[in-house]
Amino acid sequence: MKRKIRVLIAKPGLDGHDRGAKIVARALRDAGMEVIYTGLHQTPAMIVEAAIQEDVDVVGLSLLSGAHMTLFVDVAVMLKEKGLDDVLLLGGGIIPKEDIPKLKKKGIAGVFGPGTPVEEIVDFVKKNVLQ
Amino acid sequence: MYKNDALEQIKKNKEIWEKENYTSLVRKHPERKKQFTNLSAININPIYTPLDIKNDNYTEKSGFPGSFPFLRGVHATMHRGRLWTMRQFAGFGSAEETNKRYKYLLEHGETGLSVAFDYPTLYGYDTDHPLSRGEFGKCGVAISSLKDMEILFQDIPIDKVTTSMTINGPAAIVWAFYIANAENRGISKDLIGGTIQNDILKEYIAQKSYIFPPEPSMRLIIDTFEYGSTQVPRWNTISISGYHIREAGSTAIQELAFTLGDGLEYVRWAMKRGLDIDQFAPRLSFFFNAHNDFFEEIAKYRAARRIWSREMKNLGAKKERSLLMRFHTQTAGCSLTAQQPEINIVRVTMQALAAVLGGTQSLHTNSMDEALALPSEKAVRIALRTQQIIAEETGVTHTIDPLGGSYYVEWLTDKMEEETYRYFERVEQLGGVIPAIEKGFFQREIAEAAYKYQKEIDNDERTIVGVNNFKTDEQIDIPILKMDEKGEDRQNKRLTNLRKNRNQQNIDRSLQQLRKAANGTENLMPYILNCVHDYATLGEICQVFRDEFGEYREPSLY
Repeated sequence: MKRKIRVLIAKPGLDGHDRGAKIVARALRDAGMEVIYTGLHQTPAMIVEAAIQEDVDVVGLSLLSGAHMTLFVDVAVMLKEKGLDDVLLLGGGIIPKEDIPKLKKKGIAGVFGPGTPVEEIVDFVKKNVLQ
Repeated sequence: MYKNDALEQIKKNKEIWEKENYTSLVRKHPERKKQFTNLSAININPIYTPLDIKNDNYTEKSGFPGSFPFLRGVHATMHRGRLWTMRQFAGFGSAEETNKRYKYLLEHGETGLSVAFDYPTLYGYDTDHPLSRGEFGKCGVAISSLKDMEILFQDIPIDKVTTSMTINGPAAIVWAFYIANAENRGISKDLIGGTIQNDILKEYIAQKSYIFPPEPSMRLIIDTFEYGSTQVPRWNTISISGYHIREAGSTAIQELAFTLGDGLEYVRWAMKRGLDIDQFAPRLSFFFNAHNDFFEEIAKYRAARRIWSREMKNLGAKKERSLLMRFHTQTAGCSLTAQQPEINIVRVTMQALAAVLGGTQSLHTNSMDEALALPSEKAVRIALRTQQIIAEETGVTHTIDPLGGSYYVEWLTDKMEEETYRYFERVEQLGGVIPAIEKGFFQREIAEAAYKYQKEIDNDERTIVGVNNFKTDEQIDIPILKMDEKGEDRQNKRLTNLRKNRNQQNIDRSLQQLRKAANGTENLMPYILNCVHDYATLGEICQVFRDEFGEYREPSLY
């Protein structure tokens, strides 16, 4: 039997807006995935460490504070450095559309902004996860 | 209000109407939904009549504005006497940039200032702290020292205009920056007016910009109540908030119940300290959300006024000014969309109108670019004009509480009050507000409500115009605020200079005295002010508290 998709939902940096992250975490759990929510105030190093510890297939970063170009990119770079190239890295929150191509170049496979139906995220994960 | 046989007649006629008009029509043409529920899942009836409002004594239950139970308004003249303060929350980048924006807003007619701080400041970190990297100025203005506060309010008449500051964990310190700046400008602290949000309970519950654990945080807050009541009498030392609870996903009833519950908790702690309720209560203020369900929001504000005045009386308050639920309102940020952003102007208008009809003392209207960026000049100007049109052109301020007496609104006000008391009981059973926080009660209620709401949207049970219906492929471009990329470097240089040019001996001494006081029971405000006058930074002062009080870590439940 195929193992459940394991997802880490993380809140990098000082941003305290966790409504979306919690909803996505729950939706993925309801869709049959194993979800670990890191809680708030995670540094990129803490997130990557958790991704390794929890042996996840997906890392989802949620950020609404505008610090995504620093923090999302740090996570992407660190995951690569640790050899976690296969981990599907996603982002969500308030990300200006001109930053999305820049983030995609750095390894963030999908960016899900305001108004995204949760099913879209669930489907994207199922379609793109490498197990 | 109605004689019993008049009510009997209405009841009979209603039954006839239901059987002969209503039900027969529904059979032929079903209503658009099986049930019409509001955002708090309350089932709303087709019609409300005198039968729905309890036939109580008007004066006891509703009364008159400015008299107990203040259902119809906190002041006798309300907006006829003084319009609500038009107070737009603003802040970004460095103090210079935000100072410019404040001047712009004042020039365009806002009547009160409101400061948004960046995340490092909210958490008590200086701009050059490692955890501040990438976060400078993104969500608000960076204030690391008294110097920044001086620049922020340069050429702004803070003796004539009041300032609200959205700051919680380090509220006492940032308040000290403001007080010290005023004093340095020759404005004595008994003349300055404003508000500090300073509501830590809702941080643990919703906004999450806490630093220290509950007990020392409450100690700091009660210190500000005590200090303010004698030293800064025109200052509201707390803005007991529901806005953020609502933004995190709660229903209107939860917003109402959790906010008032927090408020009463602060009152209990202050009384435990030995403060006289009539000394600090007049300077407690509130902050509510103005969300989409028009009548529910109005009923919410009305219920809040009646519940608060009753409960404060029960706690022993004797002065009328101790019973007033004075509040600021902000229209619901979470209701605004990134899709077709211009139509957010319409949402904000409806929400602002509800706040006005609900009797708010102060109002912030969101800008149409809420889901995209911090407000551009154009967007915030339109938001301000929205308030001005309501005030000057609609005539809604001609009379006080115009919806009072509406069968629906009175019924809904009563219903929300009833549900609030149910929540009060549940929290009691959990041991009180702080034990309930530690058990994750509020957080779970909010997460449940948020999830339910999202599912309704995703299942098309709830329409969000432009998002799951009435969509457009058209690319709509509106001006987006661009911030100065060099701001963070400039701020770091300023901090380096500041630290070089201070009297380090004085600072070491005042920080040492602060540390000692933190471990005692004295009021910390004078000690904080000493550090602030010596140009100790926010981070340096907070570090003392972090060392002595510890840091709070929340349970990460979803």
